[in-house]
Amino acid sequence: MDLPHHGHRATKPRARTGPPAGDPMLFDDTSSGGPQMTNQGYYNSGYMSGPPAAGAGAGAGVGVNNLFTDPMANAAVMYGSSIANQGKDIVNKEISRFVSMNKLKYFFAVDTKYVIKKLMLLMFPYTHQDWEVRYHRDTPLPPRHDLNAPDLYIPSMAFITYLLLAGMALGIQKRFSPEVLGLCASTALVWMVIEVFAMLLSLYLLTVHSDLSTFDLIAYSGYKYVGMIFTVLCGLLFGSDGYFVALAWSSCALMYFIVRSLKMKILSSLSSDSMGAGASAKPRFRLYITMATAIFQPVIIYWLTSHLVR
Amino acid sequence: MAFTLYALIQAVILGVNAVAVLHEERFLSKIGWSVDQNVGGFGEEPGIKVQVINLVRSVRTVMRVPLIAVNAICIVLLLLFG
Repeated sequence: MDLPHHGHRATKPRARTGPPAGDPMLFDDTSSGGPQMTNQGYYNSGYMSGPPAAGAGAGAGVGVNNLFTDPMANAAVMYGSSIANQGKDIVNKEISRFVSMNKLKYFFAVDTKYVIKKLMLLMFPYTHQDWEVRYHRDTPLPPRHDLNAPDLYIPSMAFITYLLLAGMALGIQKRFSPEVLGLCASTALVWMVIEVFAMLLSLYLLTVHSDLSTFDLIAYSGYKYVGMIFTVLCGLLFGSDGYFVALAWSSCALMYFIVRSLKMKILSSLSSDSMGAGASAKPRFRLYITMATAIFQPVIIYWLTSHLVR
Repeated sequence: MAFTLYALIQAVILGVNAVAVLHEERFLSKIGWSVDQNVGGFGEEPGIKVQVINLVRSVRTVMRVPLIAVNAICIVLLLLFG
Protein backbone atom coordinates (compact mmCIF):
# COMPACT_ATOMS: atom_id res chain seq x y z
CA MET A 1 0.00 0.00 0.00
CA ASP A 2 2.85 2.30 0.69
CA LEU A 3 4.81 1.36 -2.38
CA PRO A 4 2.13 2.27 -5.00
CA HIS A 5 1.36 5.43 -3.07
CA HIS A 6 4.96 6.54 -3.20
CA GLY A 7 5.27 5.58 -6.78
CA HIS A 8 2.11 7.50 -7.56
CA ARG A 9 3.34 10.66 -5.94
CA ALA A 10 6.78 10.36 -7.37
CA THR A 11 5.48 10.10 -10.92
CA LYS A 12 3.34 13.21 -10.66
CA PRO A 13 6.14 15.67 -11.52
CA ARG A 14 7.32 13.31 -14.26
CA ALA A 15 3.84 13.28 -15.86
CA ARG A 16 3.99 17.03 -16.25
CA THR A 17 7.19 16.99 -18.26
CA GLY A 18 6.38 14.03 -20.47
CA PRO A 19 5.05 10.49 -20.17
CA PRO A 20 7.73 7.96 -19.34
CA ALA A 21 7.37 4.54 -20.87
CA GLY A 22 6.52 2.66 -17.73
CA ASP A 23 4.00 5.15 -16.48
CA PRO A 24 0.69 3.68 -17.78
CA MET A 25 1.32 0.45 -15.95
CA LEU A 26 1.52 2.24 -12.67
CA PHE A 27 -1.59 4.24 -13.32
CA ASP A 28 -3.59 1.21 -14.38
CA ASP A 29 -2.88 -0.45 -11.10
CA THR A 30 -3.83 2.46 -8.92
CA SER A 31 -6.65 3.98 -10.91
CA SER A 32 -9.39 2.16 -9.00
CA GLY A 33 -8.46 4.00 -5.85
CA GLY A 34 -7.12 6.82 -7.88
CA PRO A 35 -9.15 9.94 -7.18
CA GLN A 36 -8.60 10.14 -3.42
CA MET A 37 -4.94 9.39 -3.71
CA THR A 38 -4.38 11.89 -6.51
CA ASN A 39 -6.03 14.64 -4.50
CA GLN A 40 -3.85 13.90 -1.52
CA GLY A 41 -0.91 13.61 -3.85
CA TYR A 42 -1.59 17.09 -5.22
CA TYR A 43 -1.94 18.67 -1.81
CA ASN A 44 1.08 16.90 -0.45
CA SER A 45 3.37 17.62 -3.34
CA GLY A 46 2.67 21.26 -2.68
CA TYR A 47 1.87 24.34 -4.63
CA MET A 48 4.79 23.88 -6.93
CA SER A 49 2.60 21.61 -9.03
CA GLY A 50 0.52 24.69 -9.80
CA PRO A 51 -3.22 25.06 -10.03
CA PRO A 52 -3.56 24.41 -13.77
CA ALA A 53 -1.92 21.00 -13.62
CA ALA A 54 -4.00 20.16 -10.58
CA GLY A 55 -7.16 21.25 -12.32
CA ALA A 56 -6.39 19.29 -15.47
CA GLY A 57 -5.31 16.24 -13.52
CA ALA A 58 -8.35 16.25 -11.29
CA GLY A 59 -10.56 16.69 -14.27
CA ALA A 60 -9.18 13.76 -16.23
CA GLY A 61 -8.72 11.67 -13.20
CA VAL A 62 -5.14 10.68 -13.84
CA GLY A 63 -3.54 13.45 -15.88
CA VAL A 64 -3.71 14.84 -19.38
CA ASN A 65 -1.10 12.61 -20.94
CA ASN A 66 -2.67 9.37 -19.82
CA LEU A 67 -6.23 9.81 -21.09
CA PHE A 68 -6.66 6.41 -22.67
CA THR A 69 -5.51 4.43 -19.72
CA ASP A 70 -8.47 5.62 -17.73
CA PRO A 71 -11.21 3.02 -18.35
CA MET A 72 -13.98 5.61 -18.05
CA ALA A 73 -12.51 7.79 -20.77
CA ASN A 74 -11.73 4.74 -22.84
CA ALA A 75 -15.30 3.50 -22.62
CA ALA A 76 -16.60 6.95 -23.47
CA VAL A 77 -14.43 7.14 -26.58
CA MET A 78 -15.51 3.72 -27.75
CA TYR A 79 -19.16 4.48 -27.11
CA GLY A 80 -18.88 7.73 -29.04
CA SER A 81 -17.21 6.08 -32.00
CA SER A 82 -19.79 3.30 -32.11
CA ILE A 83 -22.58 5.89 -32.06
CA ALA A 84 -20.86 7.73 -34.91
CA ASN A 85 -20.58 4.52 -36.92
CA GLN A 86 -24.24 3.74 -36.39
CA GLY A 87 -25.18 7.23 -37.47
CA LYS A 88 -23.07 6.89 -40.61
CA ASP A 89 -24.69 3.55 -41.47
CA ILE A 90 -28.18 4.97 -41.03
CA VAL A 91 -27.39 7.96 -43.23
CA ASN A 92 -25.91 5.74 -45.94
CA LYS A 93 -28.92 3.46 -45.89
CA GLU A 94 -31.38 6.33 -46.14
CA ILE A 95 -29.50 8.01 -48.95
CA SER A 96 -29.12 4.82 -50.96
CA ARG A 97 -32.86 4.32 -50.70
CA PHE A 98 -33.49 7.42 -52.78
CA VAL A 99 -30.41 7.73 -54.91
CA SER A 100 -28.61 4.75 -56.34
CA MET A 101 -24.94 5.22 -55.54
CA ASN A 102 -23.68 3.16 -58.45
CA LYS A 103 -25.56 5.25 -60.96
CA LEU A 104 -24.25 8.38 -59.33
CA LYS A 105 -20.69 7.11 -59.41
CA TYR A 106 -20.96 6.61 -63.16
CA PHE A 107 -21.53 10.33 -63.62
CA PHE A 108 -18.49 11.34 -61.63
CA ALA A 109 -16.04 9.00 -63.36
CA VAL A 110 -14.23 11.77 -65.19
CA ASP A 111 -10.65 12.69 -65.78
CA THR A 112 -8.85 15.88 -66.74
CA LYS A 113 -8.79 15.26 -70.49
CA TYR A 114 -12.51 14.66 -70.58
CA VAL A 115 -13.23 17.84 -68.64
CA ILE A 116 -11.05 19.99 -70.88
CA LYS A 117 -12.47 18.54 -74.08
CA LYS A 118 -16.02 18.83 -72.81
CA LEU A 119 -15.60 22.46 -71.80
CA MET A 120 -14.20 23.26 -75.24
CA LEU A 121 -17.10 21.35 -76.77
CA LEU A 122 -19.61 23.36 -74.75
CA MET A 123 -18.14 26.61 -75.99
CA PHE A 124 -17.54 25.56 -79.60
CA PRO A 125 -19.56 22.53 -80.67
CA TYR A 126 -19.74 23.29 -84.37
CA THR A 127 -16.84 21.14 -85.53
CA HIS A 128 -17.66 18.00 -83.56
CA GLN A 129 -18.68 15.22 -85.91
CA ASP A 130 -19.81 12.23 -83.96
CA TRP A 131 -22.46 12.81 -81.30
CA GLU A 132 -23.36 9.20 -80.59
CA VAL A 133 -23.01 7.94 -77.04
CA ARG A 134 -20.91 4.83 -77.26
CA TYR A 135 -22.01 1.66 -75.54
CA HIS A 136 -20.10 -1.28 -74.21
CA ARG A 137 -22.28 -4.39 -74.11
CA ASP A 138 -25.52 -2.55 -73.39
CA THR A 139 -24.18 -0.27 -70.71
CA PRO A 140 -23.09 3.23 -71.66
CA LEU A 141 -19.41 3.97 -71.39
CA PRO A 142 -18.40 6.16 -68.47
CA PRO A 143 -17.44 9.73 -69.28
CA ARG A 144 -13.78 8.88 -68.93
CA HIS A 145 -13.90 6.89 -72.15
CA ASP A 146 -16.56 8.67 -74.15
CA LEU A 147 -16.66 12.38 -74.84
CA ASN A 148 -20.38 12.40 -75.58
CA ALA A 149 -21.46 10.86 -72.29
CA PRO A 150 -23.13 13.27 -69.84
CA ASP A 151 -21.47 13.77 -66.49
CA LEU A 152 -22.39 15.51 -63.28
CA TYR A 153 -18.96 16.78 -62.35
CA ILE A 154 -18.94 19.73 -64.72
CA PRO A 155 -22.47 20.90 -63.80
CA SER A 156 -21.85 20.76 -60.05
CA MET A 157 -18.49 22.50 -60.26
CA ALA A 158 -19.90 25.07 -62.65
CA PHE A 159 -22.82 25.74 -60.31
CA ILE A 160 -20.50 26.41 -57.38
CA THR A 161 -18.25 28.58 -59.56
CA TYR A 162 -21.29 30.51 -60.72
CA LEU A 163 -22.26 31.18 -57.10
CA LEU A 164 -18.78 32.42 -56.25
CA LEU A 165 -18.71 34.57 -59.36
CA ALA A 166 -22.12 36.01 -58.51
CA GLY A 167 -20.85 36.90 -55.05
CA MET A 168 -17.81 38.56 -56.56
CA ALA A 169 -19.86 40.49 -59.12
CA LEU A 170 -22.21 41.74 -56.43
CA GLY A 171 -19.28 42.65 -54.26
CA ILE A 172 -17.70 44.69 -57.05
CA GLN A 173 -20.94 46.64 -57.32
CA LYS A 174 -21.11 46.97 -53.53
CA ARG A 175 -24.42 45.12 -53.42
CA PHE A 176 -23.20 42.06 -51.60
CA SER A 177 -24.70 40.47 -48.51
CA PRO A 178 -24.78 36.81 -47.49
CA GLU A 179 -28.55 36.59 -47.90
CA VAL A 180 -28.28 37.62 -51.53
CA LEU A 181 -25.84 34.79 -52.20
CA GLY A 182 -28.18 32.25 -50.69
CA LEU A 183 -31.06 33.71 -52.68
CA CYS A 184 -29.03 33.44 -55.89
CA ALA A 185 -28.19 29.83 -55.14
CA SER A 186 -31.74 28.80 -54.39
CA THR A 187 -33.09 30.67 -57.42
CA ALA A 188 -30.71 28.83 -59.73
CA LEU A 189 -31.54 25.52 -58.08
CA VAL A 190 -35.27 26.13 -58.33
CA TRP A 191 -35.05 26.94 -62.02
CA MET A 192 -33.07 23.76 -62.62
CA VAL A 193 -35.65 21.71 -60.73
CA ILE A 194 -38.45 23.30 -62.77
CA GLU A 195 -36.65 22.58 -66.02
CA VAL A 196 -35.88 18.96 -65.17
CA PHE A 197 -39.44 18.43 -64.00
CA ALA A 198 -40.88 19.94 -67.18
CA MET A 199 -38.61 17.73 -69.30
CA LEU A 200 -39.59 14.61 -67.37
CA LEU A 201 -43.27 15.48 -67.64
CA SER A 202 -43.13 16.09 -71.38
CA LEU A 203 -41.10 12.95 -71.99
CA TYR A 204 -43.66 10.94 -70.03
CA LEU A 205 -46.69 12.48 -71.71
CA LEU A 206 -45.38 11.84 -75.17
CA THR A 207 -44.34 8.26 -74.32
CA VAL A 208 -40.84 8.78 -75.54
CA HIS A 209 -39.04 5.56 -74.70
CA SER A 210 -35.58 7.00 -74.43
CA ASP A 211 -32.94 6.00 -71.97
CA LEU A 212 -32.68 9.47 -70.51
CA SER A 213 -32.70 9.05 -66.76
CA THR A 214 -33.26 11.83 -64.25
CA PHE A 215 -29.53 12.24 -63.74
CA ASP A 216 -28.98 12.60 -67.48
CA LEU A 217 -31.50 15.42 -67.55
CA ILE A 218 -29.89 17.07 -64.54
CA ALA A 219 -26.55 16.84 -66.34
CA TYR A 220 -27.83 18.36 -69.58
CA SER A 221 -29.63 21.04 -67.64
CA GLY A 222 -26.51 21.84 -65.65
CA TYR A 223 -24.30 22.44 -68.66
CA LYS A 224 -25.76 25.90 -69.02
CA TYR A 225 -23.85 27.05 -65.95
CA VAL A 226 -20.66 26.94 -67.99
CA GLY A 227 -22.20 29.37 -70.44
CA MET A 228 -23.41 31.52 -67.55
CA ILE A 229 -19.92 31.71 -66.06
CA PHE A 230 -18.43 32.73 -69.40
CA THR A 231 -21.12 35.36 -69.88
CA VAL A 232 -20.74 36.87 -66.43
CA LEU A 233 -16.96 36.97 -66.76
CA CYS A 234 -17.15 38.78 -70.08
CA GLY A 235 -19.72 41.13 -68.65
CA LEU A 236 -17.47 41.99 -65.74
CA LEU A 237 -14.36 42.40 -67.86
CA PHE A 238 -15.75 44.17 -70.91
CA GLY A 239 -18.88 45.91 -69.68
CA SER A 240 -22.34 45.75 -71.14
CA ASP A 241 -21.27 45.17 -74.76
CA GLY A 242 -19.06 42.26 -73.78
CA TYR A 243 -21.93 40.83 -71.80
CA PHE A 244 -24.31 40.76 -74.75
CA VAL A 245 -21.70 39.42 -77.16
CA ALA A 246 -20.80 36.62 -74.75
CA LEU A 247 -24.49 35.95 -74.12
CA ALA A 248 -25.13 35.55 -77.84
CA TRP A 249 -22.09 33.33 -78.32
CA SER A 250 -22.76 31.00 -75.39
CA SER A 251 -26.48 30.83 -76.19
CA CYS A 252 -25.85 29.72 -79.76
CA ALA A 253 -23.20 27.23 -78.70
CA LEU A 254 -25.38 25.82 -75.94
CA MET A 255 -28.45 25.58 -78.18
CA TYR A 256 -26.48 23.74 -80.82
CA PHE A 257 -25.01 21.41 -78.21
CA ILE A 258 -28.37 20.62 -76.61
CA VAL A 259 -30.12 20.02 -79.93
CA ARG A 260 -27.39 17.72 -81.25
CA SER A 261 -27.12 15.77 -77.99
CA LEU A 262 -30.82 15.33 -77.35
CA LYS A 263 -31.61 14.58 -80.96
CA MET A 264 -29.71 11.34 -80.63
CA LYS A 265 -31.59 10.34 -77.52
CA ILE A 266 -35.12 11.56 -78.15
CA LEU A 267 -35.66 11.57 -81.87
CA SER A 268 -33.82 8.44 -82.81
CA SER A 269 -35.88 6.20 -80.56
CA LEU A 270 -38.79 6.32 -82.98
CA SER A 271 -37.08 4.57 -85.85
CA SER A 272 -37.98 1.09 -84.65
CA ASP A 273 -41.64 1.53 -83.77
CA SER A 274 -43.03 4.13 -86.11
CA MET A 275 -45.64 2.72 -88.43
CA GLY A 276 -48.09 4.44 -90.72
CA ALA A 277 -49.89 7.72 -90.39
CA GLY A 278 -50.39 7.58 -86.64
CA ALA A 279 -46.75 8.18 -86.04
CA SER A 280 -46.60 11.39 -87.99
CA ALA A 281 -47.56 13.47 -84.97
CA LYS A 282 -44.82 11.98 -82.87
CA PRO A 283 -41.67 13.22 -84.54
CA ARG A 284 -43.17 16.70 -84.59
CA PHE A 285 -43.80 16.72 -80.84
CA ARG A 286 -40.40 15.29 -80.13
CA LEU A 287 -38.87 18.01 -82.24
CA TYR A 288 -40.93 20.54 -80.30
CA ILE A 289 -39.57 19.23 -77.03
CA THR A 290 -35.99 19.47 -78.22
CA MET A 291 -36.53 22.95 -79.61
CA ALA A 292 -38.28 24.13 -76.45
CA THR A 293 -35.41 22.86 -74.31
CA ALA A 294 -32.91 24.58 -76.54
CA ILE A 295 -34.78 27.90 -76.54
CA PHE A 296 -35.22 27.77 -72.77
CA GLN A 297 -31.45 27.86 -72.23
CA PRO A 298 -30.64 31.41 -73.39
CA VAL A 299 -33.76 32.72 -71.64
CA ILE A 300 -32.59 31.29 -68.36
CA ILE A 301 -29.01 32.41 -68.90
CA TYR A 302 -30.19 35.95 -69.45
CA TRP A 303 -32.61 35.80 -66.52
CA LEU A 304 -30.06 34.54 -64.04
CA THR A 305 -27.13 36.73 -65.05
CA SER A 306 -28.53 40.06 -66.14
CA HIS A 307 -28.96 41.35 -62.60
CA LEU A 308 -25.30 40.65 -61.91
CA VAL A 309 -23.92 42.75 -64.72
CA ARG A 310 -26.03 45.82 -64.56
CA MET B 1 -38.05 36.63 -59.64
CA ALA B 2 -36.04 35.49 -56.69
CA PHE B 3 -37.14 32.04 -55.68
CA THR B 4 -36.41 30.44 -52.41
CA LEU B 5 -36.62 26.72 -51.86
CA TYR B 6 -39.56 27.38 -49.61
CA ALA B 7 -41.45 28.93 -52.51
CA LEU B 8 -40.81 25.81 -54.58
CA ILE B 9 -42.07 23.56 -51.80
CA GLN B 10 -45.18 25.68 -51.41
CA ALA B 11 -45.85 25.57 -55.15
CA VAL B 12 -45.42 21.81 -55.24
CA ILE B 13 -47.75 21.29 -52.27
CA LEU B 14 -50.41 23.51 -53.83
CA GLY B 15 -50.11 21.78 -57.19
CA VAL B 16 -50.39 18.30 -55.74
CA ASN B 17 -53.34 19.37 -53.63
CA ALA B 18 -55.03 20.66 -56.76
CA VAL B 19 -54.54 17.32 -58.50
CA ALA B 20 -55.73 15.39 -55.48
CA VAL B 21 -59.02 17.28 -55.38
CA LEU B 22 -60.15 16.07 -58.82
CA HIS B 23 -62.74 13.45 -57.99
CA GLU B 24 -63.02 10.55 -60.39
CA GLU B 25 -66.76 10.06 -60.70
CA ARG B 26 -68.12 13.41 -59.63
CA PHE B 27 -65.97 15.55 -61.86
CA LEU B 28 -63.74 13.74 -64.28
CA SER B 29 -66.54 11.64 -65.74
CA LYS B 30 -68.59 14.75 -66.41
CA ILE B 31 -65.89 16.18 -68.65
CA GLY B 32 -64.96 12.89 -70.23
CA TRP B 33 -61.65 12.49 -68.51
CA SER B 34 -62.22 9.31 -66.57
CA VAL B 35 -60.32 6.14 -67.31
CA ASP B 36 -63.18 3.90 -68.36
CA GLN B 37 -64.30 6.31 -71.05
CA ASN B 38 -60.86 6.36 -72.59
CA VAL B 39 -59.83 2.76 -72.84
CA GLY B 40 -57.40 2.69 -75.71
CA GLY B 41 -56.75 -0.09 -78.14
CA PHE B 42 -54.27 -2.79 -77.40
CA GLY B 43 -51.24 -2.27 -79.53
CA GLU B 44 -50.79 1.36 -80.30
CA GLU B 45 -49.27 4.17 -78.33
CA PRO B 46 -51.59 5.72 -75.71
CA GLY B 47 -51.70 9.35 -76.75
CA ILE B 48 -51.43 12.45 -74.63
CA LYS B 49 -54.94 12.56 -73.11
CA VAL B 50 -54.78 8.98 -71.83
CA GLN B 51 -51.34 9.66 -70.38
CA VAL B 52 -52.60 12.72 -68.55
CA ILE B 53 -55.58 10.81 -67.17
CA ASN B 54 -53.30 8.02 -66.01
CA LEU B 55 -50.97 10.52 -64.42
CA VAL B 56 -53.83 12.21 -62.53
CA ARG B 57 -55.11 8.88 -61.30
CA SER B 58 -51.67 7.70 -60.16
CA VAL B 59 -50.92 10.95 -58.36
CA ARG B 60 -54.26 10.76 -56.58
CA THR B 61 -53.70 7.17 -55.52
CA VAL B 62 -50.14 7.62 -54.37
CA MET B 63 -50.34 10.99 -52.69
CA ARG B 64 -53.67 10.62 -50.89
CA VAL B 65 -52.25 9.63 -47.50
CA PRO B 66 -48.96 11.55 -47.50
CA LEU B 67 -50.82 14.70 -48.43
CA ILE B 68 -52.79 14.51 -45.21
CA ALA B 69 -49.60 14.53 -43.22
CA VAL B 70 -47.89 17.18 -45.35
CA ASN B 71 -50.89 19.49 -45.23
CA ALA B 72 -51.20 19.11 -41.46
CA ILE B 73 -47.53 19.97 -40.99
CA CYS B 74 -47.84 22.93 -43.35
CA ILE B 75 -50.88 24.28 -41.50
CA VAL B 76 -49.19 24.00 -38.13
CA LEU B 77 -46.03 25.69 -39.41
CA LEU B 78 -47.95 28.50 -41.02
CA LEU B 79 -49.92 29.09 -37.86
CA LEU B 80 -46.82 29.14 -35.72
CA PHE B 81 -44.47 31.07 -37.96
CA GLY B 82 -46.69 33.03 -40.28
